[in-house]
Amino acid sequence: MIPEKLLNLVVLALLLAVPYWASLNDAPFTITLATRATIFALAAVGLNIALGMGGMVSLGHALFFGIGGYTMGILAFHAQSFTPLIDGPMVIEGTKSMPVIWAVAMGVSALAALVIGALSLRTAGVYFIMITLAFGQMLFFFTISWSSYGGEDGLSIFLRNEFPGLDTLVPFNFFALCYGLLVLVILFNARFARSPFGLALNAARQSPDRVRAVGLNPQRLKLVAFVISGTITGLAGALFADLNRFVSPTMFSWQTSGEIMVFVILGGVARLCGPVVGAVAFVMLEHFLGGLSEFWHIYLGLLLLLIVLFARGGLVGLVARRGAAHD
Amino acid sequence: MTDAVLATKGLSKSFGALKATDDVTLDLRPGEIHAVIGPNGAGKSTLIDQICGGLTPDAGSVTFLGRDVTGRSVPARARMGLARSFQISQLAMEDTVLQNTLLGAVGAVGSPWRFLWPVVKNRRLRARADAALAQVGLTPHAAKRVSELSHGQRRLLEVAIALTLRPKAFVMDEPMAGLGAEGSKALTEFLDRLRAEAPILLVEHDMDAVFALADRISVLVYGRIIETGTVDAIRASDAVRAAYLGADR
Repeated sequence: MIPEKLLNLVVLALLLAVPYWASLNDAPFTITLATRATIFALAAVGLNIALGMGGMVSLGHALFFGIGGYTMGILAFHAQSFTPLIDGPMVIEGTKSMPVIWAVAMGVSALAALVIGALSLRTAGVYFIMITLAFGQMLFFFTISWSSYGGEDGLSIFLRNEFPGLDTLVPFNFFALCYGLLVLVILFNARFARSPFGLALNAARQSPDRVRAVGLNPQRLKLVAFVISGTITGLAGALFADLNRFVSPTMFSWQTSGEIMVFVILGGVARLCGPVVGAVAFVMLEHFLGGLSEFWHIYLGLLLLLIVLFARGGLVGLVARRGAAHD
Repeated sequence: MTDAVLATKGLSKSFGALKATDDVTLDLRPGEIHAVIGPNGAGKSTLIDQICGGLTPDAGSVTFLGRDVTGRSVPARARMGLARSFQISQLAMEDTVLQNTLLGAVGAVGSPWRFLWPVVKNRRLRARADAALAQVGLTPHAAKRVSELSHGQRRLLEVAIALTLRPKAFVMDEPMAGLGAEGSKALTEFLDRLRAEAPILLVEHDMDAVFALADRISVLVYGRIIETGTVDAIRASDAVRAAYLGADR
């Protein structure tokens, strides 16, 4: 067993080193795979706050992933077609600027998470799972029928969006942006877990009665955590749409929610870099096993089964000693 | 009644046809330990839940520090200084003793909305938590996870968390439950000292502890208080003997 901090550093270093090596050796597909894994990891880091720290089993996080994706798609679509997003007395144009798109995606996701969280947190257990799933599916079917933005066929964006001072069409540059955001969010998460809020949220998951008895409202703590969680997953959705230059209702589907949850469980629930390990493992399995058989999910299922039965701490838990959250 | 820290008046709560508490009026005065005793199913836990805000009474009121708190939530009453311990320990079992105590300090100071600064490095919170742990004698166990503590130590930790609130009154639900004779004796001695901090409303089955600690005792039977008085008065009461204590007490 190695210390978890060391494992986290190794994982993040490898995630940077492999695409860097690929950029030197002209292997753009490897960079795309690493970018995909990085974005999935970011989405799962978001879910891990709700699931791992707050104990909220959300089967609707695809909703935020989709909102982030469609925010990017809609803003970029209006920018590339030179049509205003909102016409009338006040004209709002689309944009190709990544920072603006990220900010809007995070803002819309946060707002959605606030509304959905406030409603969903009135329930618990299986009802919470079902209500979050229902919200995700509502948006899934809404986007299928949203013909202005491609309906079932989705929406293509011709060129990747722009970031000041960086050519985002160079695969490694776009990877570096995604990686930078992932590291920032992980650093935030590491501080967050040790903060008074992190302490109270962890306690709210374990013993809501105790939290109430010290004068705190566990529902309010969970709601704030849900909003932070949804915001991060929304940002990941915007990046994913930019990676593919395409958005479709699939981003909202319950399978996507399930996959984000699989990243977390595979890597290790409530482990700082568990979602990163889970997302990388998933993308590697998808790539290597997917090349052997289109039924590769059978092997993924088997792996998940083994993890759930024998390694509750996920792949991270298999090799790393857990440090106390508030050392 | 006027100088009572905590008081209930005509508190009633029914679940269907069952009257869990029926017109319960009692008070807790400064510096005293007021014990509530009664057989299983007498409505003691329902009474505590109504006093602490977990249950809304059908009728009656709860007054704390001279204010009617009947409509206030559990956290609101806790922030006013109403501290409670649970019959079954309610603790964050995966966290350490220090973290659990810090949680009390976070609640007491009302500072959960800080997202980036390590809680253990916050001097104000840390001082409050350390003082509470020292008071109950758990400082040497601060770094242990709660799951590693003995049952008695968990009871003390609940008190330590309550102490971080700088309480104006304690409400304790069977703190002796599950403790052996030694543990019960030690906790009795500790509670005797604790009354100097704040008065204690003590719901307890351990009659040795109750008789050793209580200034007054209320006897709850089928949701009604049949008698309130000093230890001697309760011991001498025929009604109490018939309903609860038996002839040998």
